[in-house]
Amino acid sequence: MASNGASSFENGLIRDDFPILKREVHPGVPLIYLDSAATSQKPLPVIEVMSQYYRDYNANIHRGIHALAEEATAAYENARQRIAAFVRAPSPEELIFTRNTTESINLVANTWGRKYLQADDMILLTMMEHHSNLVPWQLLADQLDLRLEFIPVTSQGLLDLDEYQRLLKLGPKLVSITHMSNVLGTINPLEEILPAAKEAGAVTLVDGAQSVPHFPVNLSQLQADFYAFSAHKMLGPTGIGALYGRRELLEDMPPFLGGGEMIKRVELRKFTPNDLPHKFEAGTPAIAEAIGFGAAVDYLTQIGMDEIEKHEKKITGYALEKLSLIQDLEILGPGIEERGGVISFFIQDIHAHDVAQILDSVGIAVRAGHHCAQPLHDHYNLSATSRASFYLYNTEDEVDRLVEGIAKVKSIFA
Amino acid sequence: MDDFYRELIIERYKSPRFQGTLDPHDFSYEDDNPACGDHIQIDVRLNEEGEVTEALFSGQGCAISQASADLLLESIIGKNIEEIKSLDKDDVLENLGIELGPVRLKCALLPLKVLKAGVYGLGDGNPLE
Repeated sequence: MASNGASSFENGLIRDDFPILKREVHPGVPLIYLDSAATSQKPLPVIEVMSQYYRDYNANIHRGIHALAEEATAAYENARQRIAAFVRAPSPEELIFTRNTTESINLVANTWGRKYLQADDMILLTMMEHHSNLVPWQLLADQLDLRLEFIPVTSQGLLDLDEYQRLLKLGPKLVSITHMSNVLGTINPLEEILPAAKEAGAVTLVDGAQSVPHFPVNLSQLQADFYAFSAHKMLGPTGIGALYGRRELLEDMPPFLGGGEMIKRVELRKFTPNDLPHKFEAGTPAIAEAIGFGAAVDYLTQIGMDEIEKHEKKITGYALEKLSLIQDLEILGPGIEERGGVISFFIQDIHAHDVAQILDSVGIAVRAGHHCAQPLHDHYNLSATSRASFYLYNTEDEVDRLVEGIAKVKSIFA
Repeated sequence: MDDFYRELIIERYKSPRFQGTLDPHDFSYEDDNPACGDHIQIDVRLNEEGEVTEALFSGQGCAISQASADLLLESIIGKNIEEIKSLDKDDVLENLGIELGPVRLKCALLPLKVLKAGVYGLGDGNPLE
């Protein structure tokens, strides 16, 4: 398996670990996958470890005394430990397995939110949020009569930090913000934003769906009370994600879903909840997926998140350079300094769907639409954009193909 | 690719033959696809026998939705209300002459959705209001 630094990005050893990258998507047309922001491809170790669980030691976890149950439990809890260590969470008990980032945020909204928020309290979000960090708060605001305010986005795709300071003075109870925008690519300066929120007395939540997969994240340093991310965007399977929560908060929050595993003792009319993290993990979990999640984190660790970040910066910088030369094509978001490997763009007079369709015909997978960020698109007065996103297995060659593909789009619609 | 974006579709997208608005009209309806911003308005005039004499569309969106609108309106000139009510997805696909996945199918069917809503006596309107 590829594991030695920069060269493995170039010599194709990493790509060899991802069998899907060898396939053709139309006869004679090889896949060029530029949609990792939607979901990442999976390396063989991740794919195999999940089948192996089902083949060799499948059993329900936590309760069983027999050998299979012990093996399965060890694998599941060991995965949790490795994932917690990957994001430098202070302890594994603070890392709750959920279905995905969306469920993680809903968990906070429905437990912490319901317990601590009351009518007229304010939640501070941003205009660049993904729907999963907007809608749960809209639902809650509706039910509890809360106010929602939004940090605006500048024309360069950065958060307006002066406005942020002003909005903080209004005393939000919660500041909930994305670490990296899945549309603009903007990496928000959380080292400034979170301490300011804490000082203003707010609880902080971060949507880490696009950050944890692409650059090192250190939850022991970041002042995030809650941090959510998904396995499937970081080489892991779908159906599993994580919520990191500060211990004191998690201990104080009521349970989310009720059922088995999250209890200590149950009588007819009452129960006592289990300790962390199990309090928030009701029912039989996605055991194979958790183990796959652990394998994904191992793979990333072995390559090194610093190396991955460097590689993506290189590819993204190259792509920005090449794409900005194309006439009538406009790129959303900031320059390479403030952004990660996501590039959303539009071409004058050519609809994003048509761009994506033609790119697909030459094997290039991009996304077209609003990317679950309708308010952001409304803000820029755009109905839809096309989005190319990069990950550790992409190459500069693929960027060249993208540029050629766009030329083809333009020639068809000329 | 040349299969998908047949000359017909590109041609009708770039130079639609049935674009515009009608005033007066016998019915007019508009709708959009919020997922991608395709927007279609269709205005129709009928004669005393209830047959379509004129039909025009306006709006913006992807090549599939706009070409589909143009081809759809071309096909209904001379048709009566009952014939329009019986139009379906297959007629739209036949007009376009290509196969579509679920996402683009929505684009292609938007004009038909608008036309049928207009025909079913919603008169002038937009479900968004």
